[in-house]
Amino acid sequence: MNLADRIRPDAGRRVQLMATCLCDAFYDDAARATVEVLEHLGCTVEFPAAQTCCGQPAFNGGDWPASRKVVRHTVETFAGDCPVVVPSGSCAAMMFHGALLEFEREADLPAVAALGRRTWELADFIVHGLGVTTWPGRYDARIAFHRSCHGRGTPSSAAAEQLLGSVAGLTLAPFGEGEQCCGFGGTFSVSFPNISAGMGELKLDHLRAAKPDVLVSGDMSCLMHLGGLAEKDGRPVKTQHLAQVLRDALKNGGLI
Amino acid sequence: MKFQQIDQFAAHLRPSTRAAVYDGSKKGHEKRTQVLFDHYPDPDRLRQLAGEIKQHVIENLDTYLPAIEAKLKANGVIVHWAATAEAANEAVLAIMRARNATRMVKAKTMVSEETELAHFLEKNGVECMETDLGEFIVQIDHDHPSHIVKPIIHKNRRDIATSFEKNGLGAYNDDPQTITRRARDFLRKKYLVADVALTGANFLVAESGRLVLVTNEGNSRFCLAATRCHIAMVGIEKILPRDRDLGLLLNLLGRSGTGQQLTVYTEFITGPRAPAQPDGPDEMHVILVDNGRTDVLASDCRDILRCIRCGACLNVCPVYRQASGHAYRSVYPGPVGAVLSPLLMGKDFPEKADLPKASSLCGACNEVCPVDIPIPDLLLRLREKGKREHSAAAAAGTPPMGAWSLLASQPTAWKAALLGGRIINYLPTKMLPIPALRAWEGKRSLPAWRGGEFRHWLKGRARSPGAPPPTSGGQSPRPS
Repeated sequence: MNLADRIRPDAGRRVQLMATCLCDAFYDDAARATVEVLEHLGCTVEFPAAQTCCGQPAFNGGDWPASRKVVRHTVETFAGDCPVVVPSGSCAAMMFHGALLEFEREADLPAVAALGRRTWELADFIVHGLGVTTWPGRYDARIAFHRSCHGRGTPSSAAAEQLLGSVAGLTLAPFGEGEQCCGFGGTFSVSFPNISAGMGELKLDHLRAAKPDVLVSGDMSCLMHLGGLAEKDGRPVKTQHLAQVLRDALKNGGLI
Repeated sequence: MKFQQIDQFAAHLRPSTRAAVYDGSKKGHEKRTQVLFDHYPDPDRLRQLAGEIKQHVIENLDTYLPAIEAKLKANGVIVHWAATAEAANEAVLAIMRARNATRMVKAKTMVSEETELAHFLEKNGVECMETDLGEFIVQIDHDHPSHIVKPIIHKNRRDIATSFEKNGLGAYNDDPQTITRRARDFLRKKYLVADVALTGANFLVAESGRLVLVTNEGNSRFCLAATRCHIAMVGIEKILPRDRDLGLLLNLLGRSGTGQQLTVYTEFITGPRAPAQPDGPDEMHVILVDNGRTDVLASDCRDILRCIRCGACLNVCPVYRQASGHAYRSVYPGPVGAVLSPLLMGKDFPEKADLPKASSLCGACNEVCPVDIPIPDLLLRLREKGKREHSAAAAAGTPPMGAWSLLASQPTAWKAALLGGRIINYLPTKMLPIPALRAWEGKRSLPAWRGGEFRHWLKGRARSPGAPPPTSGGQSPRPS
C-alpha cells in the first residue's frame, strides 16, 4: 500500500485510537500518553471499546484463518472514515500491509484495505498527518531511540527522531548497529528463545555503550523484550514509549 | 515445550564458530553498505530496477528459455536440459565418459551444491577438484558450505591450519598467506592434468548467449585455460534479457556480495574457443537445470527466483549471525534459504517448513537485497503453507492460536480476560499451564499485568470531564 495515499484528518481532527493489546494488558500509561498527546494537538480521540488485537500473532504464526477472524472483528470495530492512530509501528503495519497479504484472495479485501488506508503509526501521524514537526515543552535526558523494524520502509522512525530531536533538553544518543532487530519478533520470541535473547543482548550491549538515561521506542513490544532481558539480567534499563516522552515534555513545560 | 530445531542448533553452537560467523557477516554487511552508499546517491532505486528486470525474466521464462537455447547453439554451445538434480549429474557424467575423462577441476557453483555433483562424480570414479579456496577447504574437511559467497565463514584460520595438516598439506601453520600458498601449489598441478572444467554462471544473457562468471581468485580462468572441455551448470532463472543489463547487475552483485566495486575477475564467455584464439576449451556445454524451479515459479513465492546469490541477506540477518549457515540444514541458508530451501523440497516441503519460522521478520533482508525480493512476505506465505500442511517441524514451539482468536473476536470475553489476567501477578509462572509464558520467562522478566487500567482511566475521564486525570501509578515490574 502506498502510504502517501492514506486518509488524512479533517478539520475537526477526529481520530480513533487503536490502543494495541500490549497497552491494554500491560502498558496503560503508554496508551494514556497517546491520548494526552493527541488531545494536546487538538484531536478528538474516540476509543472503540470493542477493540482487541490487530491479529498479528496468528498472522506471523502462520494461522491465517485465526488471524483473519480477528482482523474481521477489528475492521468491524473501527468502522468509520477518520484516521486510526496506533502507538505501535508493528500493529499499524499489520493493518496497512500484513492484513492485505492474508486477505489477498478474500472477498472482503476492500474493507480491510480501507482500514489500512486510515491507519497511522503515532509519530508518522503527528509529523505527516498533522504536519507538526517540532515538539514543545522540556525533557532533560539523554535518550537512545530504538528504530523498531516495522518502521522500515515507512516514515515512522525518521518522524519520531525529528520530534524527539526538537524537544528542549533532550539529547538523542547514537549507538551501533541501529538497523539490527532487537529480537522480539512476536511468537519468534518464545519459539526461538535462545536466538531471540542473543539478538536482544547484542542490542542491549550497543545501547548501554551509548549510556542513555532512557531507552525509547515507538513499539512497546521491543521495549518489553529489551526491558525484560535487562531486568532478568539484574541490570534494568528505564524504558519509555515515544508518547510518554512527548507527554512528559508537555508536562515539564507546564503545557498540560 | 518443544523448541525449534534452528534455535536448538544455535544454543549448542561452538562459541568460536558463532564469533566467526558473526564477525564475518557483520563486516560483510558494513562493507556493502559503505561501498553502495559511497558510490550511488540512491541505491534503493537501483535495487528496485534490478528487481524489475529479474522479475520480468521469471515472468517470461517460457519465451526466454527457447531464446537462450537458440542463441547458445548458434554460438557453438551444446545445450542440455536437466529437469532434476540426478539428470544434471548424469549429463555431466555422460560428457566425461564420452571423452574418456577422469579428472575435473571445478569452480564454485551453488547449483552443483544442490545436485551434490562432486559426491556423485567421485562415486563414479571421476576426480572432482574444487578450486575455489573456500570450497577446497570444505572439500578436504568433508564439510558443507555455510554461506553462499563465503563457504567457510564458520571456520577460523586455526581450524583451517589443522585440516591442512591433517590432509598432508604441510605442518601446522595458521598464517593466511602460507595457507593460501599451499592451496595454490596443490591446485596448480590439478589444473594442468584435468580433462574437463566445470563452472556455474552468474548470468546468461538472452540477447547474446553470453555466459558471465565472476570470481575473486581467478580460479575459473585457470580451469578454462588448461582444459579442452567446459561444462557450465546453470539454473534456469539465471537469464538476463540484454547485455546492457549486466552494467546494473554486475555493479550490484559485487557491492552486495563482497563490498567490491566489481569482483576481481569477470569473464564473458560466448562459446568454445574460436580458431583465432590460442587457448580455451574446444568444446562447451551448458546444462540448464530446473531441479524444482518450475514448481517455485508456479507458487506464490516465485519472486525468490530473482535471487542472484550475493549473500547480502545472510550478512545482515541477525538470526543467521546467531545460528550460522549449518543450522538451516540446506544448501541455501539465511533469509533467502529460508524461502528457497523448503520450496526446492517439493512435496517434502513440511520437513523444512521450520526454516521460514527462523526470522523475527525484521525486514533487513529485503532492505539489502540487490533485486529487492520481499523476503519477509514470502516467509509469511510459507508459514501459512507450513501450518496448512500440518508440518510438525514448523509447529514446534509455536503457541496455538485458536483460543486466542476466539477471545480476540469477542469483546466481552476479551475484557473479562484483561481483568482475569491479573492472576499472573500473583502466581509463579511455573504453576501456569502456558508454555509460551514459560519460554518468555526463561530469558526475560514479565512486566506487571495491568489489564483494564487504561479503559478504567478513560471511563473516569468520561464521568468527570475537565477534571485532572487520575494517576495510574506508573509502570512497575511484577513482583517475582
